Amino acid sequence: MALLLEQLLNGVQLGVTLFLLAAGLTLVFGIMGVINLAHGSLYMVGAYAAAVAASSTGSAVVALLAGLAAAAAVGMVVEYAVLRRLYARDHLDQVLATFGLILFFNEGMVLLFGRQPLFVNVPEALRGTVRVLPGVDYPIYRLAIIAVGLLVALGLYVLIQRTRVGMLVRAGATHREMVRALGVDVRLLYTLVFGLGAFLAGLAGVMTGPILSVQVGMGEQILILTFVVVVIGGIGSVRGALFGAVLVGLVDTVLRAYVPGLLRQVMEGSEADALGAGLASMGVYLLMALVLLVKPRGLFPAHA
Amino acid sequence: MNLNRRGLLATGAALGLGASSLARPSLAQGAPLKIGMITTLSGAGGYIGQDIRDAFQLAMEMEGGKLGGTPVQLLVEDDGFRPGQGKQVAERFMKNERVRLLTGIIFSNILGAVVGDVLDAGGIYVSPNASPSNLAGRECHKNFWSVAWQNDSLHESAGQLANNLGQKKMFILAPNYQAGRDALTGFKRLYKGQVAGEVYTRLDQTDYAAEMAQIRAAAPDGVYQFHPGGLGITFLRQYVQAGLLANIPMTLASPSMDATTLSAVGDAAVGINLTSQWNSDLDVPASKRFVAAFQAKYNRIPTFYAQQSFDTALAIGAALKGTGGKVDDTETFYRAMKPASFESTRGKFSFGANNHPVQDWWAIRVENVAGKPALVTKDRVLTDHGDVYAAQCKF
Repeated sequence: MALLLEQLLNGVQLGVTLFLLAAGLTLVFGIMGVINLAHGSLYMVGAYAAAVAASSTGSAVVALLAGLAAAAAVGMVVEYAVLRRLYARDHLDQVLATFGLILFFNEGMVLLFGRQPLFVNVPEALRGTVRVLPGVDYPIYRLAIIAVGLLVALGLYVLIQRTRVGMLVRAGATHREMVRALGVDVRLLYTLVFGLGAFLAGLAGVMTGPILSVQVGMGEQILILTFVVVVIGGIGSVRGALFGAVLVGLVDTVLRAYVPGLLRQVMEGSEADALGAGLASMGVYLLMALVLLVKPRGLFPAHA
Repeated sequence: MNLNRRGLLATGAALGLGASSLARPSLAQGAPLKIGMITTLSGAGGYIGQDIRDAFQLAMEMEGGKLGGTPVQLLVEDDGFRPGQGKQVAERFMKNERVRLLTGIIFSNILGAVVGDVLDAGGIYVSPNASPSNLAGRECHKNFWSVAWQNDSLHESAGQLANNLGQKKMFILAPNYQAGRDALTGFKRLYKGQVAGEVYTRLDQTDYAAEMAQIRAAAPDGVYQFHPGGLGITFLRQYVQAGLLANIPMTLASPSMDATTLSAVGDAAVGINLTSQWNSDLDVPASKRFVAAFQAKYNRIPTFYAQQSFDTALAIGAALKGTGGKVDDTETFYRAMKPASFESTRGKFSFGANNHPVQDWWAIRVENVAGKPALVTKDRVLTDHGDVYAAQCKF
């Protein structure tokens, strides 16, 4: 029971990290219609900026601010310099261009920081574990990630559903031309939305830095799962991104934790773990296929 | 007349030989012997490749661009942690650059993709790290050399150390690939206690939260894990973050705890026990010279990977001295390489019947030295230890 609870918490933690990435991706795709493969690079930029700031100042707050600022700034520069030219082009061009951006960012990071991974310490205040239930100790830092993820979800909900900018974002998602006709500077709106997406990706990068190592190519590792989340949740839907992300996080973690154990009853250790890991990875795609079978446009389609 | 003619022939032959032996060094000076190094320079294992490359180049530099008196040129390429890419680089090296001597691979899965092609083409491979069990036993090859260790030995020594430390119930983990399976097999071979849990992680895994939960639930006396390079750093940091290190000690083999891992994990690592064939504080003159030269040139403490690569360069140097700088005749190379007539940085070193090392293993503990965590050598765990596969090897 304690084990299951700990695994569920792990799943939720992975889920909210995915949510931060998926929210940006889905906003950009839903509103601007751009497939941005380089979204993971912004996550990497955030993580690197925070790691460098943390090692040179030793302050977690400075690291957080540096990571967020760098990701948002780089995101907006990328939008201004590259993506702006791609809105009217078809998706294949966008995929090609943003794939080029991935290579650009990866090589850039190698030139700037070398190939060795950087390591960030967990902030002093968030070290150690806390007893969430009798017999279940859980790292405070991972709980903090869950809390931040849920707060961001709430913040995004308020921003999108209750503010004027949010109204434009929602309107822009469905009736782009109408919004433009009403005199809204759609270009600026796009840059801001992209900046927000980059900011969220950066936040995910900053927060995962102390858990994983900060390394070149870290964005691609999580990007595929993020796309799965977007597809499951419904393209363009932030609510879908939240539920999709938590669902994917839980399914991935629980399968990874329990399938090998079940298979071990019928086969040898290393084979069971290999098959188990494979089935667990497949599980997420299977989930995606099931969701698409029942709801072809995702759980919470934005343009319904 | 007859005698004269024979004399003339003999003189001519002698002149011919003389001319060719005169011509050879000048040719060698014009084109140094190319050694191909395929290693992992990107991703979480990137620092290992860097150490392998840097130490090999250091050995060449200390001899003025030569190894064993032969001028050599080192071609270095990144395998990107991908077996396919390693294979392509090897093909390029052998076809375009006419390289016949290769080295550098870190990961056993990449070695597995490369080494068959190299050996089939009549090339020689000298491993500074990866040494999977298949190449030590039935599939052993006269032209495959390991200067590091046979994969299992690392873990056998750790199993012995766990016995010495009185750990009765261990939870063991490794990534699911050749070296990872070798690791747990090797550990269990000498470990006498009970295995509380055995888990194979994915080689590309970065979050070990699920495994941490399993370890916590199993409540063992100790944890043995083999995660080389950045994987190990990540694993250990998450182990510390989960609050496990304070309650469940870790016993390791060197790939999970080297100088780089240590500086990334910091004070939290104090108290961890591990085994290695070498440590930077070993009281061996050759090792002291190597550590000093490495630190002077690269301004960091060499990892044991660097040491292995340095020894690889020395071993190749000793063989080249024996063959006069040639690598085309693999039989001659074999005879020159086998005695391991170089001054190893680990002191005693010899090649077993299967071209894999026979050497001593040391217990090492992470301790606070002058306020900083450092790897401190304790006592010997195993003496003149070879591997169990040597008996199956027939050239």
